[in-house]
Amino acid sequence: MARITLDHLAHAYRPDPKGPQDYALKEINHVWDQGGAYALLGPSGCGKTTLLNIISGLVHPTRGRILFDDRDVTDQPTEQRNIAQVFQFPVVYDTMTVRENLAFPLKNRRVPREATHQRVEEIARLLDLTSVLDRKANNLTADMKQKISLGRGLVRPDVAAILFDEPLTVIDPHLKWQLRSTLKEIHRALDITMIYVTHDQTEALTFADKVVVMHDGAVVQTGTPDELFERPAHTFVGHFIGSPGMNILPCRVEGATAFIDNERIALKGAYPALPAGERIELGIRPEFVQLQPKGSGLPVRIRRIDDIGRARIARVEMGGRALAASVPEDISIEGDEASLAFDARYVHIYADGHLVPGEEPGGNAQ
Amino acid sequence: MTKTLNNKAWLFVLPVFGIVAFSAILPLMTVVNYSVQDTFGNNQFFWNGVGWFQDLLDPSTQLGERFFDALWRTLLFSAIILMIEVPLGIAVALAMPREGWGVAFCLVLMALPLLIPWNVVGTIWQVFARSDIGLLGWAVNRLGIDYNYTGDPLDAWVTIIIMDVWHWTSLVALLCYAGLKSIPDAYFQAARIDGASRWAVFRTIQLPKMRRVLLIAVLLRFMDSFMIYTEPFVLTGGGPGNATTFLSIDLVKLALGQFDLGKAAAMSLVYNLIIIAICWVFYTIMTNADAQRGRVQE
Repeated sequence: MARITLDHLAHAYRPDPKGPQDYALKEINHVWDQGGAYALLGPSGCGKTTLLNIISGLVHPTRGRILFDDRDVTDQPTEQRNIAQVFQFPVVYDTMTVRENLAFPLKNRRVPREATHQRVEEIARLLDLTSVLDRKANNLTADMKQKISLGRGLVRPDVAAILFDEPLTVIDPHLKWQLRSTLKEIHRALDITMIYVTHDQTEALTFADKVVVMHDGAVVQTGTPDELFERPAHTFVGHFIGSPGMNILPCRVEGATAFIDNERIALKGAYPALPAGERIELGIRPEFVQLQPKGSGLPVRIRRIDDIGRARIARVEMGGRALAASVPEDISIEGDEASLAFDARYVHIYADGHLVPGEEPGGNAQ
Repeated sequence: MTKTLNNKAWLFVLPVFGIVAFSAILPLMTVVNYSVQDTFGNNQFFWNGVGWFQDLLDPSTQLGERFFDALWRTLLFSAIILMIEVPLGIAVALAMPREGWGVAFCLVLMALPLLIPWNVVGTIWQVFARSDIGLLGWAVNRLGIDYNYTGDPLDAWVTIIIMDVWHWTSLVALLCYAGLKSIPDAYFQAARIDGASRWAVFRTIQLPKMRRVLLIAVLLRFMDSFMIYTEPFVLTGGGPGNATTFLSIDLVKLALGQFDLGKAAAMSLVYNLIIIAICWVFYTIMTNADAQRGRVQE
């Protein structure tokens, strides 16, 4: 059990990294608090697994330090780090029974037989493996094998953290939900730091208290699911999280008004500190854009309306740019001409992709 | 499921039957024909029934004694070869690099002995191990060890075994290496996370994953060593005395040296049956093991 600190950590797979483009993982400073449930979210190839492997010690970072509490473990091998990791594809020891598989990490660490037995039974019960405990592991399905891998990760009670590298990829969808809630329960019961890598936003948002979003080898935002939704710190977070993702439109800002082409959009405050010469964009989630009859708001042309279950999303076009907007339940629109109303509280301004804090009408920088 | 039978298929198989008949069945039948007759030259044959087989399988007769001596010698040789080459091949495969320039280098190096014709291997070692002009023989003698493979049966055995180990361990190593390479990295990473020792990694990951290639390696090495002929023939000619006269060498002595076609034919048939029987045992073990692994998928 420990707080894990990443201090100026960076990693390049090439032996002689020169520019930032050579780094698979760009410099990162981060603290994983003891007992937290974290998700590491990002598209494939963004450096999530590299980061995970550095924490577990399978990869030695090019630069920087890793601290468990105040102990520097950067140069310690995996075996001495007291950390558990579950991989994307099931790893089982073919010649052993399920019970022996689960007991393996404990046996290697010379945990007394009685304690091992109890712990294995407990984990098997949590993962619903009790009925197959004495079967050979290699004859089981991929689902079962991955449960065994999960079990081996969970079986050690004293680990500093458990790292999950997209562990539910091979699991059937209905079982995914169940296993994810099991993991959540185990997290609550054991008070162990868990870091869960995934490229699936639903998985990340349902599992984690805090989500770390990575993009192109760098952390772009760390926050609760609500923060990621309401105040994306980067346009990448905006369109990666949420379905459909955030609408991002190039714009020009004057005072507390943004101009998209010649259409005016009211902002919640002024942006006096906008850096000159950078790409300025406006971002707003479809949830905060309402479709309404032609007239009052920004004129748009409706392309189609998607029913995504809980809500309806209109795909519209404004001056040649595609946007998504929510469709209120009681609306009826004739033809394909309509207009949009933006909720000024959720309109964000980005400079070169990064969120620019605006000035509140009262004058305080938000 | 009922299979559709189409008798035209036989037509397409006919050429193969023809070739096999000429290359295998007819010669084999000739051997069977010889094995039940005796000949004193001049192409005169006399019916002998199963007499040669009775003699062959009865160690109290001259022929039987000779046959069983050669058989035990060959079995002992195969056993020693397997006991050395299999563990050594595994060790070599484990020591080979998994990536980098070393891989290609090692592979080429390992393949070299396998590419040398068998009689050349025999010749190389025949010269190499000579105590007068051979580097190995000369050096060993200079170290104070009395070594002469042409005179001492033990020296002859040691030389043949070292030669075979030099020639064929690569095959076992390459097969094992292929097996090892097919293990995903995640297994080794998981083992490190689980705190497994080097030995535990070998026992629980590497050895089980090598099982199939190892069975093939054992089968190949057993068959080859059991039928070994060329290298010892060139190196020792079966001597000194009969010390290295393996079944194949004895068979050629009997058939071409003494021209005892009847005895030799009987011997070659029994030899053949032994090999087929052992092949069958291996095949059964392998398919059974596979069947067990494939069972109970749920």
